[in-house]
Amino acid sequence: MSDERTLDLLETKIKELRALDEVDGMDLGSEIAKLEDRLESLRQELYASLSDWERVRIARHPKRPYALDYIEELFGGFYELHGDRIAGDDRALLTGLTRFEGRSIVIIAQQKGRTTDENRERRFGMTRPQGYRKAVRAMNLAERFGFPLITFVDTPGAYPGLEAEQLNIGGAIAESLLRMTSLRVPIISVVIGEGGSGGALAIGVADRILMLENAIYSVISPEGAASILWKDRERAKEAAAALNLTATHLEELGLIDGIIPEPLGGAHKDFQRTADALRDELKTRLAELLPQDIEDLAEARYARYRSIGRFRSVTDVELAGDPVVDEPASE
Amino acid sequence: MAIFRERQYLRVDIDRERDESLWMKCKSCGELIFKRRVRENNNICPNCGEYSFHTAIERIESLVDEGTFVDADEAIMSDDPLTFTDSRPYAERLEEAQQKTGLTDAIVFGKAALAGLPIVIAVMDFRFVGGSMGSVVGEEICRAMECAMEESCPFVLVSSSGGARLQEGVFSLMQMAKTAAVRQRLAEASLPFVSVMTYPTTGGVQASIASLGDVIIAERGAMIGFAGRRVIPEPLTQDLPEDFQTDVFAFQNGVVDRVVKREDLRDELASVLGFFVEVA
Repeated sequence: MSDERTLDLLETKIKELRALDEVDGMDLGSEIAKLEDRLESLRQELYASLSDWERVRIARHPKRPYALDYIEELFGGFYELHGDRIAGDDRALLTGLTRFEGRSIVIIAQQKGRTTDENRERRFGMTRPQGYRKAVRAMNLAERFGFPLITFVDTPGAYPGLEAEQLNIGGAIAESLLRMTSLRVPIISVVIGEGGSGGALAIGVADRILMLENAIYSVISPEGAASILWKDRERAKEAAAALNLTATHLEELGLIDGIIPEPLGGAHKDFQRTADALRDELKTRLAELLPQDIEDLAEARYARYRSIGRFRSVTDVELAGDPVVDEPASE
Repeated sequence: MAIFRERQYLRVDIDRERDESLWMKCKSCGELIFKRRVRENNNICPNCGEYSFHTAIERIESLVDEGTFVDADEAIMSDDPLTFTDSRPYAERLEEAQQKTGLTDAIVFGKAALAGLPIVIAVMDFRFVGGSMGSVVGEEICRAMECAMEESCPFVLVSSSGGARLQEGVFSLMQMAKTAAVRQRLAEASLPFVSVMTYPTTGGVQASIASLGDVIIAERGAMIGFAGRRVIPEPLTQDLPEDFQTDVFAFQNGVVDRVVKREDLRDELASVLGFFVEVA
C-alpha cells in the first residue's frame, strides 16, 4: 500500500493550502476543490477493491484503533477487574464493568500496545493463560448478575512459549470456550482487528458475531499457513486469499452476523465515524437479544454452533471406487 | 538412553505404509522385524519397545472387547467449503487420504464394550491429513457424544491430531466451539468423558475437546501442547527444555491426570470407567 503515502501527501497539501487560504486571504478555493476531488477519486480507486492481503495489512495497521479506544469512546467509564486469582494479571486481555444503554455490562477485550513499552507489557496483544482464566472469571460474574457480555477480539493469537504451556494454555482456551457455550447471558462479540485462531475464538463464542469491515478472522495467520502449506512464509498473500479470512467472505459463508462499515482506508482514518457505527450496531444487537428468554437464547446459541460445518453424505457410488484396506496384504 | 528412546514414536512414512512387504525396519533400533509381529504387538517394536502409529481401527481393536465394536458413523465427507488450493487442491488431498486409509475423514466412532462396559469410542487417525479437525471430525465427535447420550454410556475419545484443519478455514476453527457445546450437554447428562491424548495432541484439538475430559490420560510418548516449537518465535525457543510438550512435561505441569503405557491403556480405561458406571 505504498499509494497510501500519496494520499497522505495530498491530504497535507490540501491542509497547507487551506491554511494559506485563511491567513493570506488568497482565493485558493477552486485550487483546493480540485485537489479534494482528486484525493477522493484516488481514495476510491485505492480502497474500493482491496485485496484480502491488503485488508490483513489494515487489520494490523499500527494506527488502527484498539479495544480501549472504543471502550473509552462508547461507554460510560471502564471499571477494570484485574487478575485470574491464580497466576497473575494478563495485560493483553482486559476484563471489567461498564455502563451501556442504561445498564451494567461486562467487557472482555484483547488489547494491543502502541509503543514499544506498551507492547512489552501487552505482548503484542497475545493472550496468556492468565488472560483466559480472568475472562472466565468475568463470564461467571456476568452470569451471576445477569449482565450482558460484550467481547472485543483483537489478537494475532494466544501467546506461545514455555510459560504458556506450563500453565496449560490449551486447557485455558478450552475452558473458556466451554463456559461461553452455555453462559446464561446475552453475548455479543466484535472482531475489531485480528481474530487470530483459537486465541481469538476463546472469547468469541457469542449470540451475535460482528466484524469491522477490515477486520480478519482466521484459523491460522496467513504467514503460518504459507509456511505450512507452501513451506514459504513469503506466500502469505496467497494464503490470505485462500483462507477466506475477511469479513465479507465470512458473512457470505454464514459464519458471522454483521459487518460494521469503516471509512475508506480503514478505521484509523476516521475513528469517530467508526466508533459511531459500532455504537449503533451494538445498540441494535443488544436490543434484539435482551427481550429474549435466556433459555431460548442459550438454546439458539447451541443450535447455531451445533450446525457449523460443511459436509455431505458419501454415496455408495463414491465409496465403490475405494478399496478399503485395513489389514496389510501380508498373507 | 534406551529408556528415553522407548518413549519416542515413529514418524509416519507414507511409502512404508504403502509398502506391503512382510518385513519392516524399526526406525529406532534398526532391527528388521516381521510387520505382523509389530502389529500384533500393539504397534510396539518387539525388539526395542518403540511405539509406532496406530490406525484408528487398530487403536479401537487394541482397546475394546473383541467383536463388540459397531461402527456408528454414517460416512460423511468434507464439502471443501472454501474450494481450497495450496500447492494442490484440497479435494485432491482428501481423495488421496481416502484412498490411503479407506476412511472418509480422520475419525472413526462407534459403540463397543470395554471389559464388559458399554461405551462410545471415537478415535482420530493421524494418517488422514495429520488427524486434523475440520467439519467432518468436529461433526463426528459431536455425533459420538450424542450417541453416548442416547445410549446413556461413557464417552472415550482418543486424539491423534495436529490441530484444526487449515484447508477449511474458520469452519475448522468453529469446530472447537461446536465440540465444546456438545461436551457441555454430555456433562449436564452426567455421563463421563475420558480423553486419551496420544502422539500428537496439539493445536485446536488440544485447545478444545481433548482438554475437556473429566479424566485426561496421556499415552506414554504423547506430544501434548497448544503451539509447537515451530510456531514459537526464535528468541523464545532457546529457553525450551528438552522435554517440552512431552507426556512427562504435561504430567509435571498438571495438564493431564495420568500417563499410561500403550499396553496398559485398556486396563486403565476399564478401571477408571468402573468408578463411574455400575457393572451389571
